[in-house]
Amino acid sequence: MAARVMNLFESIGFSWLVSIMKLFTLQNPKEQFENLIRNLGVPLFAFAVFLGVWHMAASQIETSLGKVPGPAAVWEQSVGLWQEHKAERVKEVAFYERQDERNAKKLAKNPNAVIKHRDYTGKPTYFDQIFTSLKTVFAGFLLASLIAIPLGILCGLSPIIYTAMNPLIQLFKPVSPLAWLPIVTLVVSAVYSSEDPAFSKSFVNSAITVTLCCLWPTLINTIVGVSSLSSDLVNVSKVLRLNWYTQIIKIVLPSSIPMIFTGLRLSLGVGWMVLIAAEMLAQNPGLGKFVWDEFQNGSSQSLGRIMVAVFTIGFIGFILDRLMLSLQKSFSWDKDAIVR
Amino acid sequence: MKESRKKWRKVFSLKNLAKSLLIGAAASGMMVTPAQAEELELEKEDLKFGFIKLTDMAPLAIAYEKRFFEDEGLFVTLEAQANWKILLDRVITGELDGAHMLAGQPLGATIGFGTQAHIITAFSMDLNGNGITVSNAVWEEMKKNIPHENGKPVHPIKADYLKPVVDKYKADGKPFNMGMVFPVSTHNYELRYWLAAGGIHPGFYAPHKGDISGQLQADALLSVTPPPQMPATLEAGTIYGYCVGEPWNQQAVFKGIGVPVITDYEIWKDNPEKVFGVSKKWADENPNTHLAVVKAMIRAAKWLDEDNNKNRKEAVKILSQSNYVGADYDVIANSMTGTFEYEKGDKRSLPDFNVFFRYNATYPYYSDAIWYLTQMRRWGQIADHKPDSWYMETAKKVYRPDIYMKAANLLIAEGKMSAADFPAADEDGFRPPQKEFIDGVTYDGTKPNEYISKFKIGLKEADKI
Repeated sequence: MAARVMNLFESIGFSWLVSIMKLFTLQNPKEQFENLIRNLGVPLFAFAVFLGVWHMAASQIETSLGKVPGPAAVWEQSVGLWQEHKAERVKEVAFYERQDERNAKKLAKNPNAVIKHRDYTGKPTYFDQIFTSLKTVFAGFLLASLIAIPLGILCGLSPIIYTAMNPLIQLFKPVSPLAWLPIVTLVVSAVYSSEDPAFSKSFVNSAITVTLCCLWPTLINTIVGVSSLSSDLVNVSKVLRLNWYTQIIKIVLPSSIPMIFTGLRLSLGVGWMVLIAAEMLAQNPGLGKFVWDEFQNGSSQSLGRIMVAVFTIGFIGFILDRLMLSLQKSFSWDKDAIVR
Repeated sequence: MKESRKKWRKVFSLKNLAKSLLIGAAASGMMVTPAQAEELELEKEDLKFGFIKLTDMAPLAIAYEKRFFEDEGLFVTLEAQANWKILLDRVITGELDGAHMLAGQPLGATIGFGTQAHIITAFSMDLNGNGITVSNAVWEEMKKNIPHENGKPVHPIKADYLKPVVDKYKADGKPFNMGMVFPVSTHNYELRYWLAAGGIHPGFYAPHKGDISGQLQADALLSVTPPPQMPATLEAGTIYGYCVGEPWNQQAVFKGIGVPVITDYEIWKDNPEKVFGVSKKWADENPNTHLAVVKAMIRAAKWLDEDNNKNRKEAVKILSQSNYVGADYDVIANSMTGTFEYEKGDKRSLPDFNVFFRYNATYPYYSDAIWYLTQMRRWGQIADHKPDSWYMETAKKVYRPDIYMKAANLLIAEGKMSAADFPAADEDGFRPPQKEFIDGVTYDGTKPNEYISKFKIGLKEADKI
């Protein structure tokens, strides 16, 4: 059990946790201690230096909104955001109580009345926005993967399809989300209209923009992975007379999976970055909108709150990357390959 | 005066029809008992309204926070929008059920300037509330020309004092850039009005030639900047001045980057400002919901002005929440509680800077709509001459006092308001001729073409760019 947990930590790059565990079980304490200092102490020290430099630099810069917030001010704002979140939840409970009361009254008057339970109409808090962003990025990323992996396999297997697709890939790959967004918005508005839509338009807009931008790394890596299939494997499949489907499942996919995962990891990173930009531009709910709203508010707290968002975005991006990394590691056979 | 109004009435017999409808509606409204009134069959209970971060969105925030919407059985979500264009587009596509709009937006969209869509309004959100701010450097130059009394500049400050500065820029070959918030915004017309009154040409539009920049023959070049970005754009030096709603003038004072020189109250006393706009299609599909919304907002507006503005401090606290306007309490309070700070430290009393209910501020007057149309014509947004009847027809298409009065009568019947709170039942939608403009020109809504021809700068009757 302990070994498995350690493996997990190792695979997601938290080797310092492993050192701590080993330290507790007293396996070679001296070496573990050194490991700990190297893997935890050094980064912590560097981070402390960063905080110090930031603190010093921040107090020097005077903007029209006041001083640039230092670490303390940012911490204060994050506490404030948490309290706002709690206060909003209290209001939410009251809202539902009022709604229930209203529905009960309606039913008392007319037992056949149609009762609707609606979601809270108050403002989304910072934590709601984080959740919205995560949901959106995963939706867009999933859609992108569903398109990119099969398409990449096709392109990798058939040189003709690849030659046909290549100009399109080269043309669309460098397009920024800011250019896609207006087109996506207009097309979605025209195509996606229903009385009671399952997803809100803003969600669909953001997710599709993310898809369009994070399609490419997966696609290209899949193509490379599939087309660099070893000729031995191809010959084996010919000897065994595998049909097309089995060939893909048994031979092509397994051998190109490390490359596909490299692509997926890059895609998710791109998707997360693109999402924030798209939300800022289109005012779609999420962390991007939070940043933009705060910038527009121009209150004395705004800069601090934007900083909180910057750290959150960075932290979530980091976690997403670690997640994909551990997936990638668990899917690749060559466990010693250095993946960073 | 009376004569001409009578003639006007004869010309538009439609109006008589509308009036009789109104009285009919009023009569039926009177008979509604409170219990029945509650039964207003709502077509849609979950609504999403858009707004721009400005203090004059207050009626929406108050109707939500004070639960006037909930009283009407409405579950409303309020959502800040990035700029006026996105807001309008979302109302047109139906993503938003309605929105806080510039009075010119429903009119502009309906006549097809910029975007073509039939938008209507049955609720006028406020009077006044804007200011014109210039950068510190421009203020220093202007100040030399302004007469002083007791060490303070004499207000109102006319654009005459800005003219030498603009002329100097022109002589040096530098463009004099200024910001406003939208091509059909009150701010665009107010800034143009003020500049033109001081002999500075703000430029013409020529949509029929594909020119919608509005900078033809201009001394000062006006361009669009979203309201909350005004101070940042001024600070960056992209523009030398702007016209915008609150709190973005007071923000410039607090940040020390600019000086408000004049408020719109001084350009045109008690001018109409924002409206609540919905698409005609939405209003036709949801007539009762529309009434309920207007009812809630009338109550909110009344709350805002009640008992000599005693609720304003609470309103400021609500508006300073990050999901509404979000600026600091002090910045918003400056204009919302009856004062206005010009140059830093020069705080003067201006009790009517923000009017939400008194002087029938919420009633959608045809004459207000027609004023906006005259300015669109004056600056070329309406390319061709239009007869007076066209102005009236367009105003009637967009401004809907009939819906407003229905809502008002329901409120009276429910005992929440009294008839004295509203214009008389025979209100014809025309304010008496208004004299208090900075250039002294009188506006009579019944004679739009005659009004346009009074201006020195601007298109007249048959003029065409």
